[in-house]
Amino acid sequence: MMPSLTLPSLIITLSLLSGCSGPQSILNPAGPSALAVSRLWWGMFGFSVAVLLAVMALWIYAMRRNPRSLTEAQADRINRNWIIGGGLVLPIIGIVALLSFGIPMGYRMLPLPVAGQSVPRIDVIGHQWWWEVRYPDTDIVLINELHLPAGTPVDIHVTSSDVIHSFWVPRLAGKIDMIPDRTNVLRIEADAPGQFLGKCAEFCGVGHAHMMLEVQVHTPEDFESWLEEYEYE
Amino acid sequence: MNTNNEIRKAGAVLQDEFLQVWGNPSGWRALTIVNHTTVGIRFMVTGGIFFLIGGLIAMLMRTQLALPEQDIIEPKLYDQLFTMHGTVMMFLFAVPVLEGLAMYLIPKMIGARDLVFPRLSAFGYWCYLFGSLILMSSLVLGIAPAAGWFMYTPLTNDVYSPGPNVDFWLLGVTFIEISAVSAGIELTVSILRTRTSGMALLHMPLLCWYILIMALMIVFGFPPLILGSILLELERAAGMPFFDVARGGDPILWQHLFWLFGHPEVYIIFLPAAGIVSTLLPVFSRQPIVGYRWIVLAIISTGFISFGLWVHHMFTIGIPQLAQAFFSMASMLVAIPTGIQLFAWLATLWTGRPVYHVPMLWLVGFLFIFMIGGLTGVMLALVPFNWQVHDTHFVVAHLHYVMVGGMLFPLIAGLYYWLPHFSGRMPSDKLARWGFWMTFVGFNTTFLVMHLTGLLGMPRRVYTYPAGLGWELPNSVSSMGGFIMAMGISMVLLDIVLHFRFGRPAGANPWQADTLEWATDTPPQPYNFISLPDCPMRHPMWDSPDLQATIADGRHGLSEIDHGRRETWGSDPVSGAIREIIHLPGNSWLPFFSALALSGLCISLLIRTYSMALIAVIASLVLLLRWSWKNGAFLEADSDSAAKSGYPQLHSRTFDGPGLWGMVVTLLADGALFLSILFGWLYLRIVAPNWQAPETVPLAWQPLLISGVLLTIATFWHHFIVRRLREGRDDHLQGQLWSIAAVGLAHCCALIWAWSSSSLVTTQTAHDAVIAVILMYQLFHSGLAVIMTALQAMRVAYGYVGKGAPYEIAVVKPWWLYTTAVYWLSFLTVILLPIAWRSA
Repeated sequence: MMPSLTLPSLIITLSLLSGCSGPQSILNPAGPSALAVSRLWWGMFGFSVAVLLAVMALWIYAMRRNPRSLTEAQADRINRNWIIGGGLVLPIIGIVALLSFGIPMGYRMLPLPVAGQSVPRIDVIGHQWWWEVRYPDTDIVLINELHLPAGTPVDIHVTSSDVIHSFWVPRLAGKIDMIPDRTNVLRIEADAPGQFLGKCAEFCGVGHAHMMLEVQVHTPEDFESWLEEYEYE
Repeated sequence: MNTNNEIRKAGAVLQDEFLQVWGNPSGWRALTIVNHTTVGIRFMVTGGIFFLIGGLIAMLMRTQLALPEQDIIEPKLYDQLFTMHGTVMMFLFAVPVLEGLAMYLIPKMIGARDLVFPRLSAFGYWCYLFGSLILMSSLVLGIAPAAGWFMYTPLTNDVYSPGPNVDFWLLGVTFIEISAVSAGIELTVSILRTRTSGMALLHMPLLCWYILIMALMIVFGFPPLILGSILLELERAAGMPFFDVARGGDPILWQHLFWLFGHPEVYIIFLPAAGIVSTLLPVFSRQPIVGYRWIVLAIISTGFISFGLWVHHMFTIGIPQLAQAFFSMASMLVAIPTGIQLFAWLATLWTGRPVYHVPMLWLVGFLFIFMIGGLTGVMLALVPFNWQVHDTHFVVAHLHYVMVGGMLFPLIAGLYYWLPHFSGRMPSDKLARWGFWMTFVGFNTTFLVMHLTGLLGMPRRVYTYPAGLGWELPNSVSSMGGFIMAMGISMVLLDIVLHFRFGRPAGANPWQADTLEWATDTPPQPYNFISLPDCPMRHPMWDSPDLQATIADGRHGLSEIDHGRRETWGSDPVSGAIREIIHLPGNSWLPFFSALALSGLCISLLIRTYSMALIAVIASLVLLLRWSWKNGAFLEADSDSAAKSGYPQLHSRTFDGPGLWGMVVTLLADGALFLSILFGWLYLRIVAPNWQAPETVPLAWQPLLISGVLLTIATFWHHFIVRRLREGRDDHLQGQLWSIAAVGLAHCCALIWAWSSSSLVTTQTAHDAVIAVILMYQLFHSGLAVIMTALQAMRVAYGYVGKGAPYEIAVVKPWWLYTTAVYWLSFLTVILLPIAWRSA
């Protein structure tokens, strides 16, 4: 087994060291949702590697070991232990553990009302192959760029004017599909000002690869002044 | 000693006689072969060629993605390539190859001489071949489908995908699916009804369980996609809205129908491969599989669970949290039956004394790769994580780990294992090892790093990517790995090609396996076994090692051939006790020409030449009717053939032959299709944003009621004559059948009258379009019931059907019952439910 694993694992280690920090990387979170998912990932990754190595080691040991002679009853007991332990207990524990983390986490990401705070709304409409961004209560319409305030949740209301697209800014949050005549809501929040990249994630035709979105996050004050300035223009 | 020699000699004579009845013709007439061994090999070889084509397409894509901002392949072509890669690998390679293997092995494993509907096997193969050729021709013409193998609307409707590209997919794939469903029906009935004497369900080799569940999953899983494809094609070609949101349809309905098929499809592919693992491991561990009953339970529960988790492909479309939690949990539940199998295999190794051969290498490779695919699968079932990595290269990596690990590796293990069975020769050890290691290293280099590419934010289905996002290195590595894997696969191929010439002769049962397929000659004769042994045990070859010789000498059952019929046992579905002799049809041109006529239909729909389509429909109908005419007690199976004393009757003299089972399983598939229609109707009603229903139901209920009553009368009447036949009375049979057909015809006319006097405008609203589909579905079934009954009346006149051979009329009965059930269920949901809805 070993020679085959060395090369890929070397590559993956090297790339992990150098590469998690990409500008569109899920592992380089810049908002609470993305941060939660990246922690979740590392946890699941560790658990999975442990399970994989343990089962592989057991298999290879089982293939090489020299079993002593067993009576039928002994063999039956060993076999039943393997099947019940590995086939029932192990997956059930894993599933319960995962869901008890995952379901509350997914719940916290939902666009539910926040006590004592009104969450600002921005409309994003997908087109083949560009983004139309509207700020309700203003006349602001942007193309392929999105401006957000930092440190506060924002609800992105998405829909589409033609085919299905998907709104995704990997460093801030997960994605949500943009479907004609339907409005989906995604809550995103950026921790600090900066520039981020968004990308259409659902295949939408020939221009899909180039359907990108620039996301500019301002401090709340800068965002207010940007809004006023823009509207004035 | 002397008597032994005499028996040997008699065996040789028997072999000649058997070959005269079962032999395969050569030259042009090879197109008439219906034997399962030949058809199975044809499926596998054709599928193998498509695997290479699909792989070549993948290499083109990896070349394009090796470096950022390349334009070797323009986006228009790239979109066609990834669409065709997925389509070819799923529909043209994975399912047909596994079905081919199952067709080849199943009769041999259960001690039968052929599959139960040999002409249907051949028909399935030709449909598959012609459908695939039609689909592949689009790539050659540069007009291949380019909207992804999942064909999401509205991208695939006539506005956003004008031109025939999408039609190639919808028509071609539907055509291929017909072949898949017919194989599913045939395998189900064969496994349940043609096992050799005494082989109870729990004596079956595990592979038969896997194939049985796979076949049933095909029967239930493919119809939703067949329906979806028909609806989308109707929307594109006839303007009937089902998915167009402005006219009351919903694009999400397509996603439901697609994944209702698409997820079970994954397990349809995985189960037979897991079956190969469960077959090989005990043989190489030199002991029976551990936990046979556990595994059977695991297979069955996998089948059930796999129909309850399709929504995990749709977590990002904005469905309610509760539904997401439900489907998330359901998706993870699959880990339990998979874990049971995994640890049963481990335990088999643990308490066994494993020996090492090349297939074992591929099994260990399978375990490693499939485990990773399974673990990332559990991750993906977790909704918040799914929202991030959905539609990224992480998913591409995951699905290749599942598919290549869960299907290709076991398949190649199986290929090496059964190679001596196909050819009578052994593979080379050295080249085979090189092939494995290159494939294994190449695969992991390509796809392990691709998880990272996805985590770095690279979406799927992009023909290129900008530099500077950190995606350059992992993409180059993946491309390199892809080429290493390609080399590995070519080595495996080379090994297999060379072994036909240089492999050393395998001898009998070279792996010392336990199952009956190793009791045939290697390579096998078309009839598999000269005599059919009793087999009330799980490991016949371990329990009686001389089985091959005694079978060939004709010392077991059904070794008479002087009647010139192809025969096999018909047995009880549970206990395997012999019930009747099934006589099987011989070689025929009908499957080939029927498939040809249907592909004519497919092509004329593609180029929208409807006059030609009509001719093709008539041609197919004539051919198919001729097919069902050459059946049962017709000619070859002379009507006075009393079976030898001590033997049970021929199945055409009973009421419970394989045809009845085939009919019932077909109706299960048909029912899945009808339920999908009802699902669509209710779904659109509740969910579609712009659903428009008229104030009053657009169909008058009076003619519908008359029509329904007529149909019910016809059905009861038919039921009545079958009962009288059972009592051995067939007076006025012909006249009664004609009358039933006439009542059925009156029912059809009333239905057409109701439709033509209605105010349905099928191109205006989804409401009217769905009702039109239900009407068409009903007319198709009612019309066919009338035709089949009229055909039976004629066969009574010719003397092929009567109280001596009552079987065919009993086969038609379930069709009438089904047609009536569908009628009243439709009446309930289309006419009565909306009235109740409105008054509520």
